[in-house]
Amino acid sequence: MKILVCISHVPDTTSKINFVNGDTEFDTNGVQYVINPNDEFGLTRAIWFQEKQGATVTVVNVGGADAEATLRKALAIGANEAIRVNSSPKDGFFVAKQLAEVAKSGSYDLIICGKESLDYNGGMVPGMLATLLDYNFVNSCTELSIDGTAAKAAREIDGGKEIISASLPLVIGGQKGLVEEKDLRIPNMRGIMTARTKVLTVLEPIDSDNNTKAVKFEKPASRSAVKLFAADDLDGLIHALHNEAKVI
Amino acid sequence: MSILIYAESAEGKFKKVAFELASYAKKVADSLGTNVTALTVNTDNVSDLSKYGVSKVLKVSNDKLKNFNAKAYADVLKQAAQKEGAKLLLLSSSTDSLYLAPIVSIGLNAGFAPNVVGLPISTSPFQVKRTVFSNKAFNITEINTDVKVVSLSKNSYGVFESEASLTEEAFLPTLNDSDFNVKVESVEKTSGKVTIADADIVVSGGRGLKGPENWGILEELAGVLGAATACSKPVSDLGWRPHSEHVGQTGKPVASNLYIALGISGAIQHIAGINSSKVKVVINTDADAPFFKVADYGIVGDVLDIVPKLTEKLREFKAHNS
Repeated sequence: MKILVCISHVPDTTSKINFVNGDTEFDTNGVQYVINPNDEFGLTRAIWFQEKQGATVTVVNVGGADAEATLRKALAIGANEAIRVNSSPKDGFFVAKQLAEVAKSGSYDLIICGKESLDYNGGMVPGMLATLLDYNFVNSCTELSIDGTAAKAAREIDGGKEIISASLPLVIGGQKGLVEEKDLRIPNMRGIMTARTKVLTVLEPIDSDNNTKAVKFEKPASRSAVKLFAADDLDGLIHALHNEAKVI
Repeated sequence: MSILIYAESAEGKFKKVAFELASYAKKVADSLGTNVTALTVNTDNVSDLSKYGVSKVLKVSNDKLKNFNAKAYADVLKQAAQKEGAKLLLLSSSTDSLYLAPIVSIGLNAGFAPNVVGLPISTSPFQVKRTVFSNKAFNITEINTDVKVVSLSKNSYGVFESEASLTEEAFLPTLNDSDFNVKVESVEKTSGKVTIADADIVVSGGRGLKGPENWGILEELAGVLGAATACSKPVSDLGWRPHSEHVGQTGKPVASNLYIALGISGAIQHIAGINSSKVKVVINTDADAPFFKVADYGIVGDVLDIVPKLTEKLREFKAHNS
């Protein structure tokens, strides 16, 4: 089984979010980048398939040279090889087109994406990629097992889950549950050393339009200070929630 | 530029997000001088949509579509959009709509903007505001395709009445077998519980509750308010509560009218996940907890002591005000 894991290179969850150049660009100054958490759950599941079912795992990112550190980390965790499509990710559609090209030329059986990235939160790449490839697609995927060409998956729905069956080739939008937090791996020294010699191929992007354009960023308006009530003034709180905020 | 919305229902009844989406679509349609058409799938009575400005309903009734199936539903929406010549397709931000939106956008060669808040900033060029960086910022996004797909963030616009006369039309889409290659074998749903996605009020607990044995007081408070229950990441990592209740950046997002945080300090990742909620209340012993910086109302104190009293007071309040 050949698995492709799509990796977004995103600011760490604790990053301060600021913008530069007239609020048109994200301020990368002092920002730590990580493997997008949803992708990391998927990558860890892919490594499980590699160890238990003999799968090979390729990681791919659409991004600049700065994303290679993140790809190397994925290699250190255990991926067999890496691909970087050398372009800034212009929008979700553009990224999906690039990934579809990589997926077609590598004829992968399973493509694991995170259900959304923590920067743009668009959640559109997995579905667009699956549709461009005409592969089966399961979003918000919390469990996945493969037997031959048959996949069994769970999808998180509002207030529960669905158990789904589909055949390969399959694209998933994965999230926590594929593996648990405690299963995530911190690269060890041996992994880091081996990662240096693994193949990281740089491909030039194919021509593609982007359907959307990020024009400008805005920060939320600063909010007024919290209104505090004494611990014995619960009537005051209830009164405020009813008359002022009108939420109860 | 006609507008098509997908008016979602569950067990034959409209979800509240359908009415918010209709209200939003009506306002956009007015500014464009056009009308709102809604697509419904296996919804019993569609007349309620007329209250929110929908003037035409394409009604699909088909047993094959009894369970949600993203590819099949996307196919139906695509056919409806083409039939109506819709230039703007509006969807909600429910789990199901976010599943099908990217599929239908490829089908219609349409640019897609998710997590949209507020009315379009401009309709030519078409620019909308969407949340990015887990609600820590907004982006003004321009869609430059002829057909556009937009999904509206829950609770970001509101429900507004606007009477319209409604025509209903049965719509018979062509379904292919390949639409059903992804099969739902079974559905496991906790019944009788308010879900975090649908709830107007969410009551959420953190480590300040000291242990899973104390969750009864939180559940009682939620019961009185008709609220969904949720928890912070440490609480789900410790196994005090199921993962399905974990809200925050890597858990479920919350966009309720009221979010009550009990014994939650308010790590940046937690706040990111719940910040779309309109009104936030925090009760915590630590007056320096970061949650107080983002909350509207707060009490410094021990949740184990305060919550049972608050529940009692609210019970009395509800008895007099409902």
